[in-house]
This record gives sequence, structure tokens and C-alpha cells, in this order.
Amino acid sequence: MAIAQPITGLNKATNRSRSTFWQRVAKDFRRNKYIYLMLAPVVAYYLLFHYVPMYGAQIAFRDFVPSKGIWGSEWIGWENFTDFFQGIYFFRLVRNTFAINALDVIFGFPAPIILALLLNEITAGWFKRIVQTITYMPHFISLVVLVGMVIDFLSRDGLFNNVLALMGIDPIPYLQMPGLYWPIYVGSGIWQSIGWGSIIYLAAIAGIDPSLYEAARVDGASRLQQLRHITLPGMAATIIILLILRLGAIMNVGYEKTILLYNPLLYETADVISSYTFRKGILDANYGFSAAVGLFNSAINLVLLWGANWISRRQSESSLF
Amino acid sequence: MASTKAIRKTNGERLFDTFNIVLLLGLVLITLYPLLYVLFASFSEPSELVRFRGLLFKPLGWSTAAYKAVFLNPNILTGYRNTLFYMVMGTTLNMVLTCLGAYALSRRNVLFKLPITLFILFTLFFNGGLIPTYLLVARTLSWIDTPWAVIVPTAISTWNLLVLKTAFEQVPQALEEAARIDGANDFTILWRIVIPLSLPAIAVIVLFYAVAHWNAYFSALIYLRDRGLYPLQLILREILIANQTGDMTTGTLGGDVEPIAETIKYATIVVATVPILFLYPFLQRYFVKGVLIGAVKE
Repeated sequence: MAIAQPITGLNKATNRSRSTFWQRVAKDFRRNKYIYLMLAPVVAYYLLFHYVPMYGAQIAFRDFVPSKGIWGSEWIGWENFTDFFQGIYFFRLVRNTFAINALDVIFGFPAPIILALLLNEITAGWFKRIVQTITYMPHFISLVVLVGMVIDFLSRDGLFNNVLALMGIDPIPYLQMPGLYWPIYVGSGIWQSIGWGSIIYLAAIAGIDPSLYEAARVDGASRLQQLRHITLPGMAATIIILLILRLGAIMNVGYEKTILLYNPLLYETADVISSYTFRKGILDANYGFSAAVGLFNSAINLVLLWGANWISRRQSESSLF
Repeated sequence: MASTKAIRKTNGERLFDTFNIVLLLGLVLITLYPLLYVLFASFSEPSELVRFRGLLFKPLGWSTAAYKAVFLNPNILTGYRNTLFYMVMGTTLNMVLTCLGAYALSRRNVLFKLPITLFILFTLFFNGGLIPTYLLVARTLSWIDTPWAVIVPTAISTWNLLVLKTAFEQVPQALEEAARIDGANDFTILWRIVIPLSLPAIAVIVLFYAVAHWNAYFSALIYLRDRGLYPLQLILREILIANQTGDMTTGTLGGDVEPIAETIKYATIVVATVPILFLYPFLQRYFVKGVLIGAVKE
């Protein structure tokens, strides 16, 4: 078999051409030069806006003064971290972050699944479509509008207190009571995401072989039994993967919604790690310290995601990586 | 042939079905009512709304005063204009980069495909954090008060990139090979073959990016000081959350100030959300499809 003869010649033993790595690279570049041209801006984007900040995260270990730059700022090792861990807010921040997520997993994770299962039992296609169209809508409302509505409805003269007034009950200052924050945060989140979240589970259900259901019906299985033995197992893979992703993010509460919804009276239960990072870093310009807090958060999230994936791989066949 | 005789439902199943329908109707109600309330309140007489106690089932009286105030507010108009600008520019940048990247990573026989893919995927799991990114954009790049700060740092969504890559991989290789024989290079193949054959996926990604831009507020919050550059959501935030409708009240009597503020809030919500909610039922099919393309990967 004729083979192109590179400079290094033919390997007499295997009869294959013995090109070096660099020769293969050159050949690849010649053939795919436009591909790499296309990738250049993409890689540049990730490099600049994702990897450079990773490099910049080292200010967490420095007493960062902007005018001195990264290298000019003194290296203080773990001091920012110990300040954070020993600070008075550490416990409450971790607790709040974890609690909000835990509540969201306990109540918010099953909700779209249950909705998908309920929708699946509806035979009238038109009703199903109407329910779906309407329940998808809140997903497209911006956070600002969502929180704006929540704040308005829970205000002194808002919808909720208006209804209470009808029943002769005094208005309740919902958004000044730390004890109510978690349900408000999680509840509004479920309101917004239950419909959209059910899409993926409905897709999983649709992917189940219909002949399984027929066989079960022939065997006299009730709908409940069909649910238990066909539908749920058919969705198991999807549910597990999404649960891994969710649990891996258990220390990840975004600042975007928190910052809009909280106020200083609520910090006790509303302040989470990311919103604290925002206040200390952006508002107080305490860069080194808040970078440490943020880095702590990112590191924990990475470890948790890895752990959740490992557990899943042990328990079932599904895993992310 | 299987029997087509309908299987009789047990009483228990009938009960469940009724219960199910009631439950779903309840969900629809809970989803829809807050939005309807906002709509009704926005068209209500301001003075009546303040006095009102209970649930609204229709506007109280009829008044478009709130909408007049909203549309006459220069901040809102600027906000709208800015949001449209960020949305168009942003989505264009998004699509150019995402298509280039998705195409390149969807081709076979690219030597460095795996390292580059991992390079990109890693950013999904770990990032430097808010502060280093902020310092990069604000200090190193000096992009404070520029549109770039709002558009560029979020230029590529890795999830969208992966979805588009999967879609591009579905284009039959034979077409690509035939085109190459005809002398086409990668740009031509992308533009004339891959993209036209992946239009549903492209449409979905465009929509996802566009909606994200429409709803975005945080980058603008931290990088923009000049109110002339504020997107609509940031103006909304001032009105709805930081409660500053003061400069929109048009009443000359002191007593008019409070009432108009309430209905104005609702009118601004409607004005900011209606474009999306209105287009959305028509585009819903595409959105749903997009989620499925991304989820049901080989």
C-alpha cells in the first residue's frame, strides 16, 4: 500500500509512515486552518473572560490595593479566608445558602416532576396544551419584574394584605420578617420555574416505549401500577442526572435574585455567600476579602459537583462525567 | 389486532382524574392571577386602587393615566431603546461567536478538538468569581459606562454552544464532503449548508439569547453609572424595588402623588413584560424544542 513518505521515512516493521507529532499538527493546520480561525475568537473569549479571572482570583490571597495591581499587592496567604471563617457572619451565610437550596431541592425539585406526571395523565390534548402554555409563561418574566411583583403583593397595601383585610386580619409586614424569607424566596422560584421545568420530564416520559404500557394494560395493571413500574423507571435516568446537577449546586445561590429581594432587615436569613460577596466587593470595594469569599464558594461548588457525580456513578449508571 | 374496546375506568381512577383536573386548574389560576391582577390594576383609577381591599377581577374604573405617565417618562423610553440596542448587538455577537464555535467543534478530524472542548467545558464548573471578573472589566479594560461591559463578558453561553454543536453534528457528512469537492471552504460550508439546515436550532438559540438580553440587569447594574445607558430592567428596578416613581408623578395636588405611583408600577410591569409574553405563545414551540435538543443528546 502506497503511503506518503515524510522525511522520517517508512517504518519497515509496521509499514506505516512515521510522522512526528509536529508533522501531524502541521497537516492538521493546513487542512483545518479555517476551523482554527473560527475557534480563535471563541477561545480568546473564554481565555479573557473566564480564565483571566481565574488567574485574577489570586487576589484572594493578597491584600489587594487596586492602584498597586495584582503583583504589587502584598501576599497575605490565607488571611482573607480566616477573616471570613472567623467572622461573625460566616455561620449565617453558610446556613442561609444551604437552607435556601435544601428547601428548593425538597420542594422545588419534585414539583416539575409531579406536574409532568399529572399532565401525562390528561387525555384531552387541548387542556394539556393550555395548561402547558400558561405555566411556561412565568419563566420568561424577568427577575426584576418577578421580584417587583412579589414585593408589591407582599407590601403593606399589597394583594396579600388586602385579602387579609377583607377577613378582618391586620396587615402582616411579610418582607420585614426574616422567618418568612425562605418560603418567599423558594416559593416564588417554584412559581416561576415549575412549568418550564416540567418540559424535560415530559420529554423523558414521551421517550418511554408505548408498548410497555400496552403490555402492562393487558396484564391488568392499574394506572398507578403503570406509573410505578413503567413511567418512573423510564424517567429515572433523567431525574438522577438533574438531581446530581441540582445537588452539586447546593452551595450556589445566585446573587441576582437575592440582591433584588432582600433588604437589611432580612439579612439574618436572606444574606447568602454570593450576595455578601457582592456587597463587600462591589459596594464596599473590599476586593481581596470578597474575592476570597467568592473563591471559597466556587471551590465548594466544584467539590460538591464532583462528589454528587461520584455518588451517582456508584449508585446507578447515570453520571455527568 | 388489539381490541379497541375502551377499558372502563374504576371509580378510584375517575376520582383521581377529577382531582387532577382540579389541581391543574388551580395551578393555572395561581400562575395566571398575579399577571391578571397586574394588568387590571394598571388600567384602574389610581384613587380607587388605593382604597381597594380584596382581589381584583377587573380594572377599578378605567384609566390610562398610568400608561400615559409611563410612555412620557424619558427614562423608560431610554431604557427601552437601550435594551433594544443591547439585545440586537448582543444577540448578533452571541450568534456569530456561538455559530463559529459550534461549527468548528462539530467537525470531525480536528486534531485539537478535544482539548479545546475540555477547555470550554471546564468553565461550566469553575470560575474565578464575581470580583476578579468585575476588576477585569471595570479596571483593566476600563469598560465602565460602555455598552461593551454589558454585551461582551457574556458573549458565549456554553450551554447554547453545546446545543448548537449537537445540532450542527446532525448535518449529514456527505453534504460537507460534496461541498469540499466543489471547492468550498469551511466558511462557505457553515454559511451555505450547515446553518440553513439547522435553522430550527439556530432560531431557538437566537430566542434564548434575545430573551436573556431583554431580562438582563446585573451587568448593567455594576458597570453602568450613566443613566442614559441604563437598560429597561434597571429602570424597572428603580421603580419597582428601589421605589422611585417620584419623578413620574404628574399630579399637581399633593394628594395625587401616592395613588398614581401604584398604578404606574403596574403599568411599567405590563409595558416591560408584554413584548415577551405576547410573542411567547407563538414562539413557544421553538423554545420547547430548544430545551429538548439540548437535553436529549446522543
